[in-house]
Amino acid sequence: MSEGFKLEIINPEKSFLLKDGVSEVVVPAFEGDMGILKDHISIISFLKPGLVKVFMSGSNEETYYVEDGIIEFKNNCLSILTSNIFNIKKIDQNILKDDLTKAEKDSKDPEISDQKKYLIDQKIDVLKSLTLN
Amino acid sequence: MASLDDLKKRISSVKSTQKITKAMKMVAASKLRRAQESAEKGRPYSEKMNNIILNLSNSISDKENSPKLLVGSGEDKTHLCIVMTSDRGLCGGFNTNIIKKAKSYFQKILNEGKTLKIITVGSKGYDQLKRTYKDNIIEKISFKESKYVNYFDAEKVGKIIINRFEKKEFDVCAIFYNQFKNVITQIPQEQQIIPLKTEASEKNSSEDNYDFEPEEDEILSNLLPKNISTQIFKAMLENSASEQGSRMSAMDNATRNAGEMVDKLTIQYNRSRQAAITKELIEIISGAESL
Repeated sequence: MSEGFKLEIINPEKSFLLKDGVSEVVVPAFEGDMGILKDHISIISFLKPGLVKVFMSGSNEETYYVEDGIIEFKNNCLSILTSNIFNIKKIDQNILKDDLTKAEKDSKDPEISDQKKYLIDQKIDVLKSLTLN
Repeated sequence: MASLDDLKKRISSVKSTQKITKAMKMVAASKLRRAQESAEKGRPYSEKMNNIILNLSNSISDKENSPKLLVGSGEDKTHLCIVMTSDRGLCGGFNTNIIKKAKSYFQKILNEGKTLKIITVGSKGYDQLKRTYKDNIIEKISFKESKYVNYFDAEKVGKIIINRFEKKEFDVCAIFYNQFKNVITQIPQEQQIIPLKTEASEKNSSEDNYDFEPEEDEILSNLLPKNISTQIFKAMLENSASEQGSRMSAMDNATRNAGEMVDKLTIQYNRSRQAAITKELIEIISGAESL
């Protein structure tokens, strides 16, 4: 395989990350984690809270935590639109803990829909695994 | 004619006003740079979002069952207008231009016999509209506390709109804001967000065969509320850049006018001082001659 593909992560405030030559990206798609390689078919999907893993050609790996988002893959260019994204190396543990307590409180609300419940549970799982480290 | 003392006082007062307007201009200029930057950085997000939604709505086969946010409630009776203005004054025609645009739209709606509801974002818009349209304003929102435009504020507005839509309080929703073109020109904009206007971009829709996971409908129903917040956010960014630009040029004008005024007053001051001196001299000379 020659070079990788282009990755673009955008949040409303700025273009968060722009990278060329990415060999693989694993995204937490709504129906399960999804690995995207070069020449993937054009796809649109949306994300649940989870970790985005970016594998660079030189066996570098970077991980980001996203809360939600949409991905679009087209012509070897992957765009991730998300309202909230953190690099997990630079993330502030306190923010995570705050988020976790808030999510736990939300999940106890009896009136939320099944879909929201599913998303919140996912979020709690991910946040717990992150705060443990 | 004003006495010398009065003139002196006026000159110093104009000068201190000039100092204030000059300072405001400087502040606006530095804020403008930041606001412009974030407006430009925010553009890719809303553009991408729009693209994706366009692609999605083009590939939806069953238009009748697609989400209401996309196709509307099927009626056209109640219009909700979101009028976005600034929280602070002294920014030239910035707020007036938005209000003017909005008012002409309101008039059109009311002439057609439809119901009008207004939400104002920013306190200046409320101040200007409350006289004529007090009964139509259903909510006023202001983000005076937030220093910079941020996405959370936009999301709050978006949620309010969606909640009201789900309660079937309105059929069509439009937002009013100023688009930032450059420091001198800001263009008041009217944008319909519910139902979404999907401009037919036929040229690339045929080639794009997307895979969807999960189904189109499900993605759309997730995406559309987000899109509304994004559009609001975009409008807020454009607005804040426009506000600063407008304030900067208004203050620039004010500073220049104050300078001209000081010049004029100074000439007048010098003339009357000279007149007083001449008068005294004449008095002395004629007094000496009579001796």
